[in-house]
Amino acid sequence: MSFIGQSLVLASLFFAAAGAVLGFWGGAKRSLKAWDMARQAAYGFSGTMILANLAMVYALITHDFSVKYVAEVGSLATPPYITVISLWASLNGSILFWGGVLGVYVLGFIWIHGSRHREYMPYTLGMILSVSLFFALLVASVADPFAPMNPVPLDGPGPNPLLANHWLMGVHPPTLYLGYVGMVVPFSMICAALLAGRLDNGWMQPLRTWMIIPWSFLTVGIVLGGWWSYGVLGWGGYWAWDPVENASFHPWLTGTAFIHSAMVYQRRGGLRIWTLVLGMATFLLTLVGTFMTRSGVFNSVHSFTQSAIGPVFLVFIGVVLVFSVLLLALREHTLADDEETSDRTSMMTALLGQRYDVLSREFAILLQNAVFATFTFTVLLGTLYPLIAEAMLDKQVSVREPYFDQWALPLGILLVFLMGVGPALPWGRMSPQRAMKRFGQPALAGVVFAGLVALGGFTGIWTLVTAFLCGFAFVANFGEFWTPVQVLRKKRGNSLGEASAKVYTRARRRIGGHIAHYGVLLAAITIALSKGYKEERDFTLNQGESAEFAGWTVTYHDAKLIDEGFRNSVTVNLTAAHEGGRSIELHPKMNYYPTQREPIFTPDMYTGPVRDLYASVIELPPQGEYVVVRLMDMPYVSWLWLAPFIIVFGTAVAAWPARKKKSSSAAREAVA
Amino acid sequence: MTPRAKQRLLAVVALLVVFGTLGYLSTQSMSEDLVYYWSPTELVDKGDAAIGATVRLGGMVEQESVDWRPQEQHLSFRITDGEESVQVAGKGAPPQMFREGIGVVVEGKMEGDGVFHTTTVMIKHSNEYQPPEEGEMPTEVYKSLQTEER
Repeated sequence: MSFIGQSLVLASLFFAAAGAVLGFWGGAKRSLKAWDMARQAAYGFSGTMILANLAMVYALITHDFSVKYVAEVGSLATPPYITVISLWASLNGSILFWGGVLGVYVLGFIWIHGSRHREYMPYTLGMILSVSLFFALLVASVADPFAPMNPVPLDGPGPNPLLANHWLMGVHPPTLYLGYVGMVVPFSMICAALLAGRLDNGWMQPLRTWMIIPWSFLTVGIVLGGWWSYGVLGWGGYWAWDPVENASFHPWLTGTAFIHSAMVYQRRGGLRIWTLVLGMATFLLTLVGTFMTRSGVFNSVHSFTQSAIGPVFLVFIGVVLVFSVLLLALREHTLADDEETSDRTSMMTALLGQRYDVLSREFAILLQNAVFATFTFTVLLGTLYPLIAEAMLDKQVSVREPYFDQWALPLGILLVFLMGVGPALPWGRMSPQRAMKRFGQPALAGVVFAGLVALGGFTGIWTLVTAFLCGFAFVANFGEFWTPVQVLRKKRGNSLGEASAKVYTRARRRIGGHIAHYGVLLAAITIALSKGYKEERDFTLNQGESAEFAGWTVTYHDAKLIDEGFRNSVTVNLTAAHEGGRSIELHPKMNYYPTQREPIFTPDMYTGPVRDLYASVIELPPQGEYVVVRLMDMPYVSWLWLAPFIIVFGTAVAAWPARKKKSSSAAREAVA
Repeated sequence: MTPRAKQRLLAVVALLVVFGTLGYLSTQSMSEDLVYYWSPTELVDKGDAAIGATVRLGGMVEQESVDWRPQEQHLSFRITDGEESVQVAGKGAPPQMFREGIGVVVEGKMEGDGVFHTTTVMIKHSNEYQPPEEGEMPTEVYKSLQTEER
């Protein structure tokens, strides 16, 4: 299996190298033949890389310990599901998986665009395959997971216990990888536009869609990561501004900014260079994120691996950064000259916003972009500061959570505010009187919602501000759909269904965006409530003893040791009831893996619509006569896990290619 | 200089000024939330000068120094780097996995009483997983809790 795997990787290396050269050649010389061959090479790369991944999965399932990676992360006792997901249990496997995901994206990209966009496609493919070449090189050299093992061990240690401890580990990493890796595509498309010296709406539209696809995966991946952290790590939170969490947050921030600024680009021809910078920065930040998570520069829970890949990766990031800056500096003018008036689209006007009316959607997006840029910068600085301090001042230092919180709170609130104001404003301009009129209903809704939240006992000033803005933004967004529906019903006598369908087909993109906003609003209010009103206390309970906590009565019964084959699980049996309600069972555990001295403490939680009760074992003596347990009561936290799916549903509604339009444009192309 | 080059230069300068200001503001706001890592030796060397400063103290939990009273939720232990050791006291349960000989980082302040009062005790995760030794197997430790195989 070592030989097969290594051969596949070498073949993919060859295909990537050949395809990259052919792509650029085909782009520069406008050679159809080179472009065709580049496409073939791309298929070759995807096929061999995906096969190499399958070969590794096969080696894992068959416990082929002659393969080094299998010997490192496999074990005979590990259940099949966890054996398969061990593909990304450790560094070398995850780099191979990076390559595999890249292969999937390359396939999808060619399949969707095929022979259209002749001007841009060869360059794009050349760029994607250049990045692929780097990853194929990594897999073939320093990160070779297929290296043979001699002598062949009889059994392996099994994967990192944290991976084996929760089913979400089979979903969260691939989702995040789909988010990270996919950013190669918009990056390459931007480079292609710069190389071609043109970026029209015909290319901007697919470019934005190709940003939205990985961005959606990233959104889901980030929240699933929080959910995993909440479900496994036992500290009762979902976000700690850990470097690894921040690593995935940076590209999400710039990606979100891009998705919005691209609208200004398409609608008004503004924010041109800025939009491209955001798109390029997003890809760079995913590389930085991969580096931060995978090189072990941070000593955090996720950084369980260290190797020579770190320095190589750092050099690659440097190369991509220099390439991007040079490309922008040298080619930026070609895009501006495309328009009839070059000064209109310059960086300066875009930055200062002098041609923006304050009461316009584009101005709201401009502000939103500024907030996102600030957010990215401050989080990035806080994340990297310990590294900078250690490298420059030789001091070990860490940045505590309050730093991040103190920036995230005002910036987050500002974003929710803009999310309400922006969609209610039209492109272009609006008179202040009309604007005020438009904000009446949303403001009323905000007051009502803040009132409800206050009645629920959540009376912190920032909570109420957040609640007001969430209510405001919800109605402001919904009004964009509801008002035209009402107009159609009154003026045309349409039924509610007819009118809704009409408005939907007419403004599907916008409505999708609004749905995504609803998801963000849900996240904003649940974060405000669950973070701000969490109660937490440790209890020492004897068998049969009960504790009163935040309206809950929690009783400790006993503990049991259960042999699950690949692990031993010490399970603590608790029952709980909220204010005399029905009794629920909680079973926080200590899971002992054969390869590890310390157990993994796995919390258990009751998930309810109004509140979660979270229980985590701290200490259990050998006889189980008492237990020290940490209890947490978190209001409304369960709704947070729903938010990314609403966001993704919204973006899918917005970004789904329109069937009619597509066929008509295809027909037009056929005629031409 | 062409007008276009001038404009570009202006834009770059403007960006630098904006991000420079932002960087300054961020690092300023960070200073309160920066926590330095000290070893017990560094802490002891500073003497009285160390009193009152919030730091993270990293080292090993000294053998036979742990006094944890679950009923009172009181924890005390000594933390050592092999040369010096410091007495640490805290309220609340120690973290999961806490044990003698394990690497820990505690955050808190040295008080006038010569005791380091901590608010957070964190386990320093080592990257290597060690298999349990003789006598540490869960099947032996939790013998009396054993049930039949599932």
